[in-house]
Amino acid sequence: MKVLVAVKRVVDFNVKVRVKADGTGVETANVKMSMNPFDEIAVEEAVRLKEAGAASEIVVVSIGPAQSQETLRTALAIGADRAILVDASADVQPLGVAKALAQLARKEAPQMVILGKQAIDDDCNQTGQMLAALLGWPQATFASKVKLASGGLEVTREVDGGLETVAVKLPAVVTTDLRLNEPRYVTLPNIMKAKKKTLDVVKPQDLGVDLAPRLKTLKVVEPSKRKAGALVKSVEELVAKLRNEAKVIP
Amino acid sequence: MTTLVVAEHDNATLKASTLNTVAAAAKIGQPVHVLVAGHACAPAAQAAGKIQGVDKVRVVDAPPYAHPLAENLAALVVSMANAYSHIMAPATTFGKNFLPRVAALLDVAQVSDIVGVESPDTFVRPIYAGNALATVQSGDRIKVITVRTTAFEAAVADGGSAPVEAAEAGTDAGVSCFVKQELTKSARPELTAARIIVSGGRGMGSGENFKLLEALADKLGAAVGASRAAVDSGFVPNDYQVGQTGKVVAPELYIAVGISGAIQHLAGMKDSKVIVAINKDAEAPIFQVADYGLVADLFQVVPELTAKLNG
Repeated sequence: MKVLVAVKRVVDFNVKVRVKADGTGVETANVKMSMNPFDEIAVEEAVRLKEAGAASEIVVVSIGPAQSQETLRTALAIGADRAILVDASADVQPLGVAKALAQLARKEAPQMVILGKQAIDDDCNQTGQMLAALLGWPQATFASKVKLASGGLEVTREVDGGLETVAVKLPAVVTTDLRLNEPRYVTLPNIMKAKKKTLDVVKPQDLGVDLAPRLKTLKVVEPSKRKAGALVKSVEELVAKLRNEAKVIP
Repeated sequence: MTTLVVAEHDNATLKASTLNTVAAAAKIGQPVHVLVAGHACAPAAQAAGKIQGVDKVRVVDAPPYAHPLAENLAALVVSMANAYSHIMAPATTFGKNFLPRVAALLDVAQVSDIVGVESPDTFVRPIYAGNALATVQSGDRIKVITVRTTAFEAAVADGGSAPVEAAEAGTDAGVSCFVKQELTKSARPELTAARIIVSGGRGMGSGENFKLLEALADKLGAAVGASRAAVDSGFVPNDYQVGQTGKVVAPELYIAVGISGAIQHLAGMKDSKVIVAINKDAEAPIFQVADYGLVADLFQVVPELTAKLNG
């Protein structure tokens, strides 16, 4: 089966972001960018499916600015076969991304679309679900295990109370959670091979999709800072402070 | 104009998250309806009718909703959507799973995980693991919103007397089905509602060692949480995880034991009223958010702390 994987270029998870003084957003200039960690897990899962003989072709796609090509090349180096960049500004929102992915899915006809459950920049956790709805497909979100079962998938999901297993018919959308797999390190030979793989660039107009953002950001501020704390020297001191100062224990 | 809150419940009882979501809905300043969709869910619907601030409960009791399958639930909500200007659900795995489908089918944006309501079209939400707060405005005709429950004090569960009306059920989309669930059973309070949380990280070293934290939690009447590292290492099940993509908690007291304090963990607990950190590494970032920090060997001080507490 063909698998479509969607990836996003985001601020690296190790970066402590700074809010711009003018309140318009977060400082991203000269900041390290990487593939969204959850999307990396999605690429890894697709590659494992291919290695197991369950997937025949992996097409990786990103909706974003020209620099997203680096992210796509990384996905190709992990093991995807072909890449597509939908050339758009950085301010794309989940509904628009889902519409673009839906158009690509209608063209490419994969049996499965897999992507991260949320991007660590906007923390929306919407795109996969929206995509599934637009296609009229079932979804299996927050996946920690994906098994192919007759005509469909059996997916174990991480939910608030523990684990839940659902069965979905194919084609389906899967969104990945942290423990689905541990992505492999990209090797230099694979990075070199990836340079030769196809990377097509398309415009949103070519897909007939309107990527204009719906939500307007009025301002971005830092959350209120906590008061500085203090070290205590002993358990006695801690208990006394919690009881008498913080008053959180009897 | 009316707000619809989609209730989270297990057919027998309402989840606390529903009360926080009703509280957020109240801030919009218009009538609130609660949808209870389930199977054999009359008790949950009755409970919803008693919440203060709820004007009507709409109950859909049919087999397709025995489990909140996203495909079925979203289709049902969409069938009712035109009567509402706002549709809200808790930002729990329940709400996060199905609500975006509703938004896409209605061709509107979703505002995820709000922590504040500025006006009926303007909301505050955390981004970048809570390191920034964005104020966003929606011009869409229906606002679809998930609510961070820790940001809104629960509506009062008793004293209301809203009418409970049956509404028309949809059909099973037939593309997905529930197979099974493995839920952690515990006599301890639920993490997201607990007043005190004792949380363990990689420093605990093993699942067996979490017994030390359980003893402390028992003394305090606390819930037990964990960092991603502890879950990844198999010390505790995934539902213990506190963090950017785990549970977000805001208890009165959060005791972080053997937790280094990675950005992603802080995202899940930095709104706690009082934070205590116990870690043998004085450089651990957790000490930068802790109100009280104890640089010590947790295997010595945790039992000592348990012993020195009343109760």
